[in-house]
Amino acid sequence: MSRWLRSFGAFWYDFIVGDDWRGAAAVALALAVTALLVHVAGVNAWWLMPVCVFAALGWSLRRATTGRS
Amino acid sequence: MNALPLVLTVFVACAVEAVEALTIVLAAGLTREWRSTFQGMTAALIVLAAVVAVVGPALTLIPLAPLRLIVGALLAVFGLQWLRKAILRASGYKELHDEEGIYARQVAAARAASGGRRGWVHDWYAFTLSFKGVLLEGLEVVFIAITFGASQGNVGLAALSAAAAVLVVAVVGVVVHAPLARVPENALKFAVGVMLTSFGIFWSAEGAGASWPGNDAALLVIVPLTLLVALGYTALLRRTRALVAAGAKEVTQ
Repeated sequence: MSRWLRSFGAFWYDFIVGDDWRGAAAVALALAVTALLVHVAGVNAWWLMPVCVFAALGWSLRRATTGRS
Repeated sequence: MNALPLVLTVFVACAVEAVEALTIVLAAGLTREWRSTFQGMTAALIVLAAVVAVVGPALTLIPLAPLRLIVGALLAVFGLQWLRKAILRASGYKELHDEEGIYARQVAAARAASGGRRGWVHDWYAFTLSFKGVLLEGLEVVFIAITFGASQGNVGLAALSAAAAVLVVAVVGVVVHAPLARVPENALKFAVGVMLTSFGIFWSAEGAGASWPGNDAALLVIVPLTLLVALGYTALLRRTRALVAAGAKEVTQ
């Protein structure tokens, strides 16, 4: 059962996150900071997500092309 | 929001995945046995339809803000994955998806494998090859159709668009009777990656509580901006690759 659960989890991880977990981590972090800025600091931080996603894509590509992924 | 982006994104994503599934189905059917291949394909399509029928309506029960936060985040992550692969392929850092090569490998494996009957399936190998191929390629489509459809409150339209794409590819496949190697898969994946990432950015930021200037009209800026960034990265990587290749050539001379 635990083996089945592990393979099930591994399948979905690979399916959604793929080769580079850092992209997923960057998206999660950007969303957490956006929510904090909006709800705690009162800043309408709509600009944060595009900036972080584009930066995460560049970072991920750099790692892939320099053999560090 | 206009339903056109939903229909187009789901249709193109589904068409690309259907082309990949068709390659596997053709390899199984032409080298093994059509009846078992169709049984495997039908079984996979039933599983996929059941997933849409169960998960689709369940998602619409979740309030819009948390739904868009979760779905947006998933789409952004998923879209980044598609875009990353498409950029690496377009810039030459990763091999292009070669349907003819994949078909040849699948045919060789199918010829070498032993068959065997199980229950109502004559050729178990053809059945499982076809079932797995259609199910795995189809899951990506189901994921996109459900998340896009639920966020726009129109899972039915997304499912129709996906079904239409499968039908078109199936008809073309029957007519051509060979893997659809001429379909510009990477360009289509690039476009789908741009759409998924753009909508992911838009919905997740909205779900986190941010308000976009111009509301839905912000997408008219986000989508072209994402496309420009992706094209920019592709051009940059192509240039870097060419410079590295030129440097290596100079060293060897």
